Amino acid sequence: MGSAWIPLALTLKVAAWATAIDLVLGVAMALALARGRFPGRDTLDAILTLPMVLPPTVLGYYLLVLVGKRGWLGGWLYDTFGINLIFTWQGAVIAAAVVAFPLVMKSARAAFEGVDTQLENAARVLGLPERWVFFRVTLPMAWRGILAGVLLAAARSMGEFGATLMVAGSIPGRTQTLSIAIYEAVQAGRDADANILVGVISAACVVVLLVAGRLAPGRGAP
Amino acid sequence: MIHWTKFGRRVVLALLLSVSFAAKAADLTVSAAASLTDAFRELAAVFESRNPGTKVLLNFGASEALLAQIAKGAPVDVFASADEETMDRAAERNLLLGGSRRDFTANSLVVVTPPEGPALTRLAELSPPRIARIALGNPASVPAGRYARAALQAAGLWSRLEPKFVFAQNVRQALDYVARGEVDAGFVYATDARAQAGKLKVAFEVPTPTPVHYPIAVIAGTSQGDAARRFTEFVLSPQGQAALGRYGFSRP
Repeated sequence: MGSAWIPLALTLKVAAWATAIDLVLGVAMALALARGRFPGRDTLDAILTLPMVLPPTVLGYYLLVLVGKRGWLGGWLYDTFGINLIFTWQGAVIAAAVVAFPLVMKSARAAFEGVDTQLENAARVLGLPERWVFFRVTLPMAWRGILAGVLLAAARSMGEFGATLMVAGSIPGRTQTLSIAIYEAVQAGRDADANILVGVISAACVVVLLVAGRLAPGRGAP
Repeated sequence: MIHWTKFGRRVVLALLLSVSFAAKAADLTVSAAASLTDAFRELAAVFESRNPGTKVLLNFGASEALLAQIAKGAPVDVFASADEETMDRAAERNLLLGGSRRDFTANSLVVVTPPEGPALTRLAELSPPRIARIALGNPASVPAGRYARAALQAAGLWSRLEPKFVFAQNVRQALDYVARGEVDAGFVYATDARAQAGKLKVAFEVPTPTPVHYPIAVIAGTSQGDAARRFTEFVLSPQGQAALGRYGFSRP
């Protein structure tokens, strides 16, 4: 059935954007938490980890209240730029990015904390500018932990359902991702369609896991 | 560790106990269309008070979704759908107890807008670009969406308006989209609009090609045949009808 490709393509697009956003924000936040010394650090960590433990429906509701047309952020976006995030694929990206964010941040923070600061200090003493200390010393030593987090985040984004349904709705071709298309097919008693979609997402997840296995640390690496 | 195993054992025991209580003998499970939410909560409470020992478990959702659950063997005793089409399909699959099906109430379809929305008076006024998004139940599973589709097709507007549609999982979700101002208009039942009266305004009543009638039936293979029959009789009784009337439903 050709119509399975549309939700699959959308799912991959949403997961790719969400993962990219999480990579940038998650690594930046992890670095701040791992290296920074500021009051409220533990509280900030706890708040940023919340999406991992809160039910997706709670996150969906928070997002709806925040970025909805009557929410304070969504209202401002709409009045100022005419931007509306609810019922758009960008809304689905935000939902997936929020849900998967702690997976990147937690892994990256652990990876950064595992980097020996003496090596960083050695690079500084040898005159390497601060920016290059990060890119040539810290990041190369932490990237495997970050990658593990990114792969988890990508997998989580692909399967996101609850928050996405609340924020982006279920518009075929626009916001209907695979997991939502499966839900709709079962709701309507269309088992044949559900079987195809379930097969597609299962196959996609096997591919992701195989790729993750190839990239995984410790396999033939020194 | 000793504390943990003790705690673990208690958890397992608690789970086992809850499992054995999960399917009590006198539980009556009623699957009802989402639009019946408020009315059936009241009906169930009154029914329970008149039938001591019987607990009514209510399961609300889109009618077609409820049918899909029943067809998969969900332990449902009574089914109340928001359209004849869904109940016809249940009958075709031999899911209903013979002779138990009755039409018990009626409703009407309306177009609602957020309070600050434009004043609409007929379906054709949904066409202009100022109406960017229209919420309706997904016609694949939600009767309110089917009635809306039939009305729009009859008016020759369905394909033109299609890019504006936001499909909801049930009629109450479509109602919520309008009440939150996330869409510019929505198709819901008159009774739903009443339930959120302060947060939206009713624009006009939609003429539907088939009347909005709600059938109720006992599910074949129920272990609660007597209670299920008593419940449907209660819904059809003058007291049951009066309760439905208080929520804006009319007689079929």
